[in-house]
Parts: sequence; C-alpha cells; structure tokens
Amino acid sequence: MSQNKNTALLDFVTRLGDNSLIAGHRLSEWSSNGPFLEEDIGMINIALDFIGQSRILLTYAGVVEGKERTEDDFAYFRNHEEFKNALLLEQPNGDFAVSTAKQFYYSVFNFLLYSELQKSKDETLAGFAAKALKEVTYHLRHSSEWVLRLGDGTEESKMRMQKGIDDLWMYTGDLFATTEGDLLLQKEGIIPDVAALKSKWLEMIADVFKRATLTMPDVNAFQQKGSREKKHTEYLSYIVGEMQSIARVYPGAKW
Amino acid sequence: MEKVHQSITHHLADHAAIWEILREVVDPEIPVLTVVDMGIIRDVVQRENGIEVSITPTYTGCPAMEMIGEEIKSALTRKGYSNITIKTVLAPTWTTDWISDEAKEKLRQYGIAPPEHSTADKNSLLGKPKIVKCPQCKSEHTEMISHFGSTACKALWKCLDCKEPFDYFKCI
Repeated sequence: MSQNKNTALLDFVTRLGDNSLIAGHRLSEWSSNGPFLEEDIGMINIALDFIGQSRILLTYAGVVEGKERTEDDFAYFRNHEEFKNALLLEQPNGDFAVSTAKQFYYSVFNFLLYSELQKSKDETLAGFAAKALKEVTYHLRHSSEWVLRLGDGTEESKMRMQKGIDDLWMYTGDLFATTEGDLLLQKEGIIPDVAALKSKWLEMIADVFKRATLTMPDVNAFQQKGSREKKHTEYLSYIVGEMQSIARVYPGAKW
Repeated sequence: MEKVHQSITHHLADHAAIWEILREVVDPEIPVLTVVDMGIIRDVVQRENGIEVSITPTYTGCPAMEMIGEEIKSALTRKGYSNITIKTVLAPTWTTDWISDEAKEKLRQYGIAPPEHSTADKNSLLGKPKIVKCPQCKSEHTEMISHFGSTACKALWKCLDCKEPFDYFKCI
C-alpha cells in the first residue's frame, strides 16, 4: 500500500474509532442518571456497543500505523488535539431530549455509513461494518422511537425535543466532512463517498420529524466545521481529560 | 503410508476431542448454553506447537468475550493441551440464526425467550412489532418494555397474561 493511502486509511479508521469512543463515553455519563431504570440500562448498553466498536477500530488503527500502538495508547495517551471525532459527538448531553437528538442524528449516519462500508475492499473494515451495522440498527430504532414519542407527546416534551434537534443542528454537517485522503480511499473502493450519504440522511430524518410533528431545521442554515482540520469545540478537551485521568496517573494499571 | 494414515486418524480423533471439550464450556451470562451452542467458536486449528481457537463476538462490546476466551483456554489446559491461543474474527458476522433449535429450547426452559425470527426478516427501522411468546406461560399476549436488557444480547419484555417480566434474546 502506498504511503499516502496508508496515511489516509489511518486517518479514516482513527476518525471512526474516535467517533465511537467519544459517543460511548458521553453516553456513559447517563449511567445512573437516566429518566427511569430501563432507559438507564438502554443508554449504557448503547454506550457499551460504542466502546466495543472503538476498541476494534483503534486496535486496527494501530495495525495500519505499524508502530505497535495499542487501542489503549490511542484512547488514553493521545492529547485532545489529536482526536478526530465529529463535533456533534463531543457536545454535552443536555437533557434527555438533547441526548436523544444527538443519538438520532448519529444513528442515522452510522446506519447509512456502515451499510455502505460493509462492501469495503478492506476486509477488516468490511467485517467490522457488517458487525456494527446490526448494533446500530437497534440504536436507530431506539432513538427514532424516542423522537416520535417525545415529539408527538406532551407540549413540554415536544418543546424540548424541538429544542434538542435545533440546538445540535449546526454540528451535523461536520459528520459528512471529507478530506483528500478520503477521496483516495474512495477511488480504491475502501470507503464510500461519505459526503454523498447526506441526501439520504436528510430524507430519513425529515421522515421521522414529520411523523413526530416536529419542524425540520433549515437545511441551508450555517454549519460548524473543523473536525477534519483538527479543530474542535471546547468540550472535547474536558471529556478527553476526564476519560484519560486514571490511565495517565496510573499508566499500565490493570484491574 | 500406514504411518501417515495413523497420524491423520490420530489428528482427527484429537480434533473431535477438542470440540468435545469446547462443548462443555458454557457462556458465563447464559450458563445453559455452551459456546458451541451459541455459534461463537468459528474454527479450531491444530499446529505442531499448539491450538488456535477462533471465536467471534456476539456484540462488539460484549464484556463476556474475554472471559469466554479464558474459559476455553483453561478447559483445554485442564485436559492436557498447551499453547492455546484465542483469535477473534469478525467475518462472517455472528447471527442468532446460528443458535440451534435445541439450544433455543434450552433458552426457553431457562426463562429466556429465544430469538423468534430469522435475520432475513429486514424490518429494521421502526419495523412491525414482533410476536414474542412468554417463556413462562407461552402466551403471545406480551409487550416490550425496553430494546435493551441485562446484557447486550437481550431485550426486556413482559407478559400481559401471567404478568411476569422476561428476557428476550434479540434477533440479530
């Protein structure tokens, strides 16, 4: 594999791994704070899926890089400016409606991405995507149902759900940001055209919002960008700091 | 020639013996099923210097996978095998379709409703509600409480007739 392609693959795999890791860590903050027990368990189950997915991806990133870095080296011993996750995922949880909106936007994205990525010519990515797709399908069903229930619920729940989807809207465009390296991988049939997933994504969320009697945000509204240029919102450094504190204080600790 | 033949016969007998041992290793979360029932064991390769057992995760984040690997190692070690390595494979993707009918019956008796449908049923997004029979009273008058239950592989349901809550093994 050429040097450029290898660098591009490392970048892409790390991005997906970081997406899962940050999404999982954020969601785990709901542990013992859920609105009721079953939902508390549900959110932690999803967080666990994300952590499992990030373990596979960051382990693979280490293989692609070829410098013997492990999943833990990637998760715990990189500084926050080296993280590549999408801006949406580092946003604070807010209330349950905000977390539901975030989950919903991300689940639809994952569902579409992994549906395509399972056809990758890279065997590891294809195997991973086929596996993750099954989990993500459950996440999608779960978050869609909550959007419907809260949107088409009481006046209060509808107001909060609408606020959740509106407040996070400007971070959704960044999910689809691509780099020159991505184009290289795309030509080789290793990754799908991520930017091209957006039209289907818009269609799917619009359908659920309509059924939930929610107003679709303005598709032409301003969108934040930056994760592909290593620019993040202020929230990333805090979440990374908290996530890494034990591993940094006690390197190599086992329990 | 005879020597080669003997060696192959011995090798095959050994291979069968290894699978027999694996059939005694139970899933730590669902102790009525063995790792072979679950379809977690994908391959067993014997090499001159040891045995490589390939396993596939049911869910990427399943915390039981490491323990399953350790239990496979210790079961084989107890029977005198050494140099056992566990390899994790992702493709082909694990599916509940690999759980045998016999194993499904064992699940039902244990109080877990087995996966009801083949994964060929693609009602993924907001799919039609499934009919899941209560493992206690066999009633079809049941409803889901949560898509997610006590472990990654189970959902939480309740029976509207006998009023008992129960786990449903999710169909993936």
